[in-house]
Amino acid sequence: MSEKQPTGRGGQMLRRLQYEGAARVVAPALATGLRAQRRLRSWRRPKKEPSEWFGPPLRATYRLKEVLTRHYLSGRYADGAVPVAWVTSGFPIELLRPFGYHVVYPENHAAMCGVQRKGVKLAQVAEVWGLSQDTCGYARCDIGSFLSGNTPAGRLPKPDILLACTNICQTVVHWYRTLAAILKVPVFVVDTPFLSGDPDERTETYVAEQLEECMQLCARIAGKKVDRKALGRVAQRSKEASELWGECLALSQAEPAPWTGFEQFLHLGPIVAMRGLPECNAYYRELRDELRERVKHGIGAIRHERFRLLWDNLPIWYELRSLSTLLAEVGFTIVTTTYSYGWAETAPLFDPRDPIVSAARVYARVFINRSLDFRLEMMKKLVNTYSCDGAILHSNHSCKPYSVGQIDLADRLAKEASIRTLLLDGDHIDMRVHSKEQAEGRLAAFMESFGGL
Amino acid sequence: MTIRIGIDVGSTTTKAVAVDDSGRVLARSIEPGDPRIAQQAQRMLEALLERVGGGGEASIVATGYGRKLVAMAGKKRTEISCHALGAFHVMNRPGVLIDVGGQDTKVIRLNSDGSVADFVMNDKCAAGTGRFLEVILARLGVSWDELADRYASADPPVQISSTCTVFAESEVISMLANGQPVDSVVKGLHIALSDRIVSMAGRLLMGVETVLLSGGVASNSAMVAALSSKVGKPVAVVPEPQFVGALGAALLG
Repeated sequence: MSEKQPTGRGGQMLRRLQYEGAARVVAPALATGLRAQRRLRSWRRPKKEPSEWFGPPLRATYRLKEVLTRHYLSGRYADGAVPVAWVTSGFPIELLRPFGYHVVYPENHAAMCGVQRKGVKLAQVAEVWGLSQDTCGYARCDIGSFLSGNTPAGRLPKPDILLACTNICQTVVHWYRTLAAILKVPVFVVDTPFLSGDPDERTETYVAEQLEECMQLCARIAGKKVDRKALGRVAQRSKEASELWGECLALSQAEPAPWTGFEQFLHLGPIVAMRGLPECNAYYRELRDELRERVKHGIGAIRHERFRLLWDNLPIWYELRSLSTLLAEVGFTIVTTTYSYGWAETAPLFDPRDPIVSAARVYARVFINRSLDFRLEMMKKLVNTYSCDGAILHSNHSCKPYSVGQIDLADRLAKEASIRTLLLDGDHIDMRVHSKEQAEGRLAAFMESFGGL
Repeated sequence: MTIRIGIDVGSTTTKAVAVDDSGRVLARSIEPGDPRIAQQAQRMLEALLERVGGGGEASIVATGYGRKLVAMAGKKRTEISCHALGAFHVMNRPGVLIDVGGQDTKVIRLNSDGSVADFVMNDKCAAGTGRFLEVILARLGVSWDELADRYASADPPVQISSTCTVFAESEVISMLANGQPVDSVVKGLHIALSDRIVSMAGRLLMGVETVLLSGGVASNSAMVAALSSKVGKPVAVVPEPQFVGALGAALLG
């Protein structure tokens, strides 16, 4: 990441050409090539036996790969071509879109490292550098990736600004300040006070004022003027995207559910990283249509759905496959998750006529920024809406804000929603603190307790 | 008569129990765990079948860590389900079962029909398990049979604050080096273990009348005394405490 970029006006134009070329020419060509390769393979190879446990795979998964490849591929050439920001997942990204920023989500990137089981190696780099093993796995993975220059994305563009919002946790303040010190770029932290009760106007005004200031700063860095009409259009697209995501999730109310909560984690990519862009909405329209078709034809994500579960907390990224199989083999499926629902929950609050204040409203009310009572009610609502028989609460070693209070949540949810609940120890990134054998044993015992096996 | 056999391939020992149609125990066997799990299970099952004379016909259910490697088993079930069923079959009452095994401790709340209402297990470490006791007793040079007397005679106990087996061992070494009597350390050790188990069991123990104890550690009466004092009511030991899981597995056949 320390390599030199071409400088001057000519250099910037060349860089812009590479950036646009990667997004508009190379990535689509790559996608066409991969599609042709898939077709060729399907002709040559004998047809695979359908899985004993899972329904046919979602076609949209291939499309997802194309969309994300395009995003990361163009990102390699973004710095020097367009302004670049690194942001937290809960940051009101709409503010940046009118200025043409390329946006990098370190959390998404770390999740990608987690799925590919590269998280521990990168985290260790950060630990040797001085971070505690108890620090958030995403933060360690991200900082380790930056320090070592090692990333499955090929290359991440150097940011012009770092933007953090405290609605997801307080760790982001320290994480982004650390990045700012290493990268020597400005950092802007939007403070969203924790909502122990109902949100009030003062909180919204306080957050809205910060957003206004942040937008002015981002405009200065990009060398552009604030365009409130364009911002309104972006807010409209974000609203639509969140609604589309909500529609996709709601289709899992069908029995059998057309996709699993673990698939939802993977398909979260665009709503997190590409919110406010037209391609994000196009992607979820396609996904929604495919899910509708599956519901119409009674195609389930797993073949023999017997019990439906809610998942709380981040995924255990490196064990998604093994956990899915363990569940599917005995007819269990995750139909809803608090994490994926978080991206749909506040959709109605987006107001394109008042994008700044409504963004303050939307982003301060993220469920992880709210009381345990609120979270309990949200989980009870999900259990009822999705006809869940039980819930798995992933007690995530290195994500304290999401995990503190889960023992009480599990107890109260069990009592008040009359379902079975399980606390499952793990970590979203760090395989070293996940005891696979014990976790799987516990999950198996939990499933046996439903009877009928 | 249909013979049903349960085999519990635990972390420290492997247990097998054969029962008849009515659930009456016909035979039991126990061996220290062999790393060649599949062969040991096969050999123990064949020997048990020969003893009860089932003519080679029996339904076999496996449980415990090594259950997946028991080729002869028609069904495989977790220790939680099997311990719940085994304990309920013997005690015939709802309550909470604490099973202190070699490398894990389970706390299971039983419904009035013997099914599992809820359960908790120790996390990722051996604190509060039989192994914790074994490691430190080896350091103290105290045998299992002496425990009850040493526990009863010690006054006052020392306080052991580490829950980690390795750190607790270091703590015990420094206590001995400071001249603390062995008996006080033994008592302190049992109290520390009970504290750890009860804090893990926590919410499951609330409002429960019967508390049962099973697993290899249940044969240590010092542990029963320490646990009863911590829970605040007498803890009842399930007869043949090491075989509860294997019995439950047999009953599932």
